[in-house]
Amino acid sequence: MYPLKYDEETCLKCETIDCLTRCQYLSLDLDRAKEERHKILRGEDSQVLRDCVTCYACEEYCPQGNHPFYLIVDRQEQLGVRPVPVPLTKQQVVMMAPRGKIVPEKVHAPVVNLCYFPMLKDTVRGKLFEGASAVVGSDIFCNIMWLHFAKTSVIRERVPRMIQNLWDYYLKESGVDEVVCYHDECFATYTQLAPAFGIDVPFKSIHLFEYLTKRLDTLKDHIRPLGMKVAYQRPCSNRLIPETQPWVDEIFQRIGVERVEREYDRENALCCGGVFRIQQREELADDVLTRNLGDMKAAGANVCVFNCPFCFFAMGEAAAQAGLMPLMMSELCHFALGEGKVMGG
Amino acid sequence: MGNITRELSDIVGAQYVSNEPEEQFIYSRDMGTMEPRQPDFVVMPASTEEVRKVVLLANREGIPIVPLGGGLVLSGLSRPLKGGIVLDMKRMNRILEVNEMRRYAVVEAGVSQGVLQAYLKRHHPKLKHSVPDAPPIATIAGNVLIFGSGHLSHAAGFHSDMINGMEAVLPTGEIVRVGSCAASPHWFSRAPLPDLSGLFVGWAGTTGIVTKLAITLFPDRPFNDVGVFVTEDEELIPDILNRVTRANVAEDVTAWMTPKPEWARGFQHVNVAFSADTREELKWRWQLIRLSLKNYMDEKVGGFMMLPPPMKKALIEAPAVTLTRFADVRKGGGFEYVGTIMPIDLFPEAYRAGLEIAERCGTTYSTGARVIGLGHCMMFYFAYPFNRADPSDVQRAQGALEETNRVVLDMGGIPWKAEVPAQQEIIQRMDPNTFALMNRIREALDPRGIMNPGNWEPAA
Repeated sequence: MYPLKYDEETCLKCETIDCLTRCQYLSLDLDRAKEERHKILRGEDSQVLRDCVTCYACEEYCPQGNHPFYLIVDRQEQLGVRPVPVPLTKQQVVMMAPRGKIVPEKVHAPVVNLCYFPMLKDTVRGKLFEGASAVVGSDIFCNIMWLHFAKTSVIRERVPRMIQNLWDYYLKESGVDEVVCYHDECFATYTQLAPAFGIDVPFKSIHLFEYLTKRLDTLKDHIRPLGMKVAYQRPCSNRLIPETQPWVDEIFQRIGVERVEREYDRENALCCGGVFRIQQREELADDVLTRNLGDMKAAGANVCVFNCPFCFFAMGEAAAQAGLMPLMMSELCHFALGEGKVMGG
Repeated sequence: MGNITRELSDIVGAQYVSNEPEEQFIYSRDMGTMEPRQPDFVVMPASTEEVRKVVLLANREGIPIVPLGGGLVLSGLSRPLKGGIVLDMKRMNRILEVNEMRRYAVVEAGVSQGVLQAYLKRHHPKLKHSVPDAPPIATIAGNVLIFGSGHLSHAAGFHSDMINGMEAVLPTGEIVRVGSCAASPHWFSRAPLPDLSGLFVGWAGTTGIVTKLAITLFPDRPFNDVGVFVTEDEELIPDILNRVTRANVAEDVTAWMTPKPEWARGFQHVNVAFSADTREELKWRWQLIRLSLKNYMDEKVGGFMMLPPPMKKALIEAPAVTLTRFADVRKGGGFEYVGTIMPIDLFPEAYRAGLEIAERCGTTYSTGARVIGLGHCMMFYFAYPFNRADPSDVQRAQGALEETNRVVLDMGGIPWKAEVPAQQEIIQRMDPNTFALMNRIREALDPRGIMNPGNWEPAA
């Protein structure tokens, strides 16, 4: 049921093993990487399975698009290698389960999918989202987060149902065939993960950044350039959809902010650290947070921009303490249109 | 009756005496399952002198007196089992002294938790007291005198351990002071005189009426945090508590188990609250707490939850509002729990017993524990909310409570603030010489037996 589209031959032909040698958290030379690759392919235990911090980056580094990260997570689950303590994993599986309380609702384009972040509802407002419908809840939760918990079984079980819910309860009857994904995770689920597992997606997905860029073009006469120096915190799930990255620069250019040049950006982005804390890797989380914020400050940023609400929770307070105003990308755009609010009041 | 009313009115003022049915109804019960018992009079004194006069009158007439604080004991200890006077202390609500250097407060017996908390926040923001997880109208004195516990009990023990001194009116009308204030103008300690505070703590108002007391205060630090450690094996909890308490950096360590919300069912959660003067110190404390449980995290059998900011805020709050919400989960305003004082290694047995009893009695439940001192013991609770308007629901909760009391005693624990049936269960198992000593002390202090009669008495 939903086997991973992974080609072992392609993997074995790879000379550089970028997925492992470029990893920011494992320290493997090419020879060692080859050994570990063989172990993983043979279904044996490997240092990679135990030390993987589930940052998703190897999915981006693989030049063949061969889904090495999904294979690692599948292997972790098969071999019982637990990145997160068992009780926390079990608890999360229950906590994030579909409630089955979804009811059909008429929506109209643009339909903004807020995943399972009801606190984001207030962001869908103003000129930026004029006329938009927002959908949110456990029954349309994208469920990609289980990659952090070595639980692709939950993904296989829930993702098809969640996609069908979104289609059946909101889009189909409303005559809408596309959805704007607020969160990178949803867009990545529909456009990258679902195909990798052979899961059908009956609608078109638009990344929030593409939507914002086009909307800002329409509203260009209302834009007041912000003149800020911003650092962008790239979320892990964006590693699955790197083609959306240029939109970040497009947005910044339109609202008059400067994306500071720094070490830990783009392909070298660091994790927010939130997942490391769930994995009980507190020291690593602190180290990454310190390096990341230090890098932002050293580059002259005064604003830290997020697109992932979880990154915001994980880093927002520390960013503010470091003198960096934490803002969600959509909120930054609201500010440029004179309609900004600071998240959490 | 009319003469007594008049005399009481002369002492406290007519508006502070009532024998009207409305007051008799309200003062006949608490929120627990115990049957109402109606007082003849409700009296609200404003001073120690007024208390003394009421006691002298009661003594002369042989009228029972039941002192009352916030009325939140839940086990019916402030119901007038033999009628008489309920002495509501809420008018004695002055905070008499807060000493920043010595870190203590002297309060009258009617001062509530909420009032002291707000007062300290406003006038002495660097100090706080140990707040129990009770509604803010619970009184400081009432909670201290029943061996209450709260948000600083891991660091400093039962609230009764935080007493520096007391003023009390004896059942025969004498006003006494115990602690340093007996021989000094200052209320700094119970030591070094013979510790007479034990004559009033844990006696359910059967030995006298405490009118003032001093409690210790603690630094209110600007940086606060909490971790929630989760496991699904109750057998691990004693060692987890032991390890966390050994680290000795937490202010409060509590455990909670509940079937609702669904994600909590079947898991044991241990909250570890801590505070610091700087962010660096906070981080250092957090590291020590985590280090104490590293073996369990490495084995993947337990770990700390990632807490969203609103959840963290709610968990740091004192008192904890989540418990208040649970108390009314069945609606109808009924809530009672068996609190038991027991060693922490009895946790698994107590937890399993709670689940079995709740299932057998067909009631919902919440169980949990607060570590007292550095793990020297814990207050383990079995809470059973019920709808007071539904007699069968009340009966179910009552059955669960009674069974819990017996099970707890069998285990070697002791029911806390025990209601009368539980008192009898305890007396049956108590060393007879100890119970005889209790009776001798009471007879010496209260020769006419007017103080909250019906409690801690030999079975009829």
